[in-house]
Amino acid sequence: MSTVAESSETTKTDKVTFMQRWHMLERWQQWAALIVVALALYLLPVLNPPIISTDGGGSDFSIACFDMARMALIAVGLNIVIGYAGLLDLGYVAFFAVGNYVAAMLTSPDSPYLKIPYLWTLPVAVIVTMIFGVLLGVPTLRLRGDYLAIVTLGFGEIVRLLATIIPAMRGQEGFSKVGAPPGTASDGTPLFTNSNGLPWYWLTLTVLLLVMILVGNLERSRVGRSWIAIREDEDAAETMGVPTFKYKVWAFALGAGLGGLSGALFAGQIGFVNNAKFDVVTSMLFVAAVILGGSGNKVGAAIGGAIVAYLPVRFTGIAEYKYLIFGIALILLMLFRSEGLMPARMHLLTYAKRAYQKATGKEIVAPESEDNPFAGDSKTLNLATEKEADEK
Amino acid sequence: MLSALLPMAESGSTQWLSFDWNALISNLGPATIDGLTFGAIYALVALGYTLVYGVLNLINFAHSEVFIVGAYGVIFTLSALGFNGSPPNLGIGPIILNLLLAMIVGMIASCTTAVAVERLAYKPLRKRNAPRLVFLITAIGVSFVIQYAIFAFHSKNAEPAVTMFTPKPIFDLGGTIIDSQQLTIIIAAVVMMIAVDRFIAKSKTGRGIRAVAQDPATSTLMGVNSERIILATFAIGGLLAGAAALFYVMKVPSGVIYNGGFLLGLQAFAAAVLGGIGNIRGALVGGLVIGVISNYAPFLLGDSNWSQVVVFAVLVLVLVVRPQGLLGQTLGRSKA
Repeated sequence: MSTVAESSETTKTDKVTFMQRWHMLERWQQWAALIVVALALYLLPVLNPPIISTDGGGSDFSIACFDMARMALIAVGLNIVIGYAGLLDLGYVAFFAVGNYVAAMLTSPDSPYLKIPYLWTLPVAVIVTMIFGVLLGVPTLRLRGDYLAIVTLGFGEIVRLLATIIPAMRGQEGFSKVGAPPGTASDGTPLFTNSNGLPWYWLTLTVLLLVMILVGNLERSRVGRSWIAIREDEDAAETMGVPTFKYKVWAFALGAGLGGLSGALFAGQIGFVNNAKFDVVTSMLFVAAVILGGSGNKVGAAIGGAIVAYLPVRFTGIAEYKYLIFGIALILLMLFRSEGLMPARMHLLTYAKRAYQKATGKEIVAPESEDNPFAGDSKTLNLATEKEADEK
Repeated sequence: MLSALLPMAESGSTQWLSFDWNALISNLGPATIDGLTFGAIYALVALGYTLVYGVLNLINFAHSEVFIVGAYGVIFTLSALGFNGSPPNLGIGPIILNLLLAMIVGMIASCTTAVAVERLAYKPLRKRNAPRLVFLITAIGVSFVIQYAIFAFHSKNAEPAVTMFTPKPIFDLGGTIIDSQQLTIIIAAVVMMIAVDRFIAKSKTGRGIRAVAQDPATSTLMGVNSERIILATFAIGGLLAGAAALFYVMKVPSGVIYNGGFLLGLQAFAAAVLGGIGNIRGALVGGLVIGVISNYAPFLLGDSNWSQVVVFAVLVLVLVVRPQGLLGQTLGRSKA
């Protein structure tokens, strides 16, 4: 079971053959290929390739890279909620905001509270947002999914309003001089500054890669299998003995934690946090990132996040229309390709296929992916379809 | 780590959350009447959520945009008729005529939007038997696209205010003055809701709506054209949202902005859930209760931002304590 089974690049290769070729590689070859990809990612802002670069549009490419990595991290987190567990969270920006405020309140000189080194705020932000996730999830996750959507939508708005109402959160005024990781360059200036995105990008990319490895492991564990089962058919999962409520809360809390983590990173890089950055449309952008990339597929989600962050800064002409464009993309994807650009594969089927290959040495043809990351009550597994049709 | 968070809780709880009962009680009368007026508007919008939810089991997130398109229709009509920020000197007859004209345009705008959304976005998904999450995400996308189409192609600013008439005091209930505007809105909204309730109960289409809400497959077998019924449901919701748009413009003349539907939609949805989503009378009760509560909150807690927070808290509380709402569900199927 390779950690990175669905790590397909954005090549134009025919998908099935590319994946088949990928699986035919030895484990070490897969890792080697991924290390090359990771190195390329690390070097991206240093190379600053002319066509890809955003310098022409007036935005620093290293900061654009940081933004892409941050959005990718957000998308990977939200993908746990939407893509794995099939829960629609429309207030993800609230968790992002909580992460921002945790980092700001624990490091900024504007805040009267206990100060801790910046790097410590990252785990604290994860824990605090996870608590918020549990607090919000427990009352609503017992209900059907649509209620969760609207409650999270409301929650996203409430966090912003509370930041305005509660004096300790300083509303519009906000917190400035949010902390940064330690370290100085050879000439004595601090390494992590607001104007230089490069160290922030490397930090975020490292966090992102670690998170993706962890999420990949989780995906193949009992927890991950339970999420998929819940997504495919919650009633059936419950009947088969999966404690659905518990795992839904887990998915919600973990997703929230990653949102908080990226929030804390964002607060550090920008260096300033106030109530103006957390409007609900940002949540929609996050959802669009996950759906665009392919919900249920962490690599797809990460790429989706990067695309959503990249396009408006590269093509500044569309920045004005970005919400409109991503909204239209969302509808078109749902109508014509609801699995996203890089669809999730049916992992269980894939494993069965690979086990069969190992055992017999023969190739079987992969079932044409009718699979949909949001199964609900529709035909995801071919087996289930006929039975369901009988029942209806 | 906890010690780091404790001071936040301590210093916070004394400063920002305080109950000013005196302010509430001294404003109780006007706050209640104004709350009921807003509540009537919420109830009309809530009906759109409730009907669609009852029939399709779908939260139509785009309904708040159906509403705001109607509001644009109303304000464009009124501007074209020569209304502006200061109320004109007109007799009661011409005012009613102008209002009716604006309402009809608003209703047409909202109804067209609702029907277009259903035909272009939801119907293809239904044909494909798409999963629930796909519907929800599409609904979000539609809501998003309408908002930002207005933002990008029309204006990112609120429309200039339009005032139709100066409210005249009519009743005096023990010191609380009820003016003509509040009275018009409340009466008109309640009359419309009774009409819809009767329509659903008595008419052939209404019977169809109830049948499809109960069991789409069986009602289709019994000869109900469920596609036509679904379209009718969206159309009714759109018509009511258009009427609500006129009342909203009367009440909040400068509130027509591209994302102005969002918060109102959230309030209306809370109203629908509070009354029992799928229940027409529940929408009325829920709307009035939410309207009053959200109007009390600023007085009691001292900041207008609180009304959203309180409404949201009510929504979560209802979902935890009584998810079927105050009156329970009658139109829709029982939930899983």
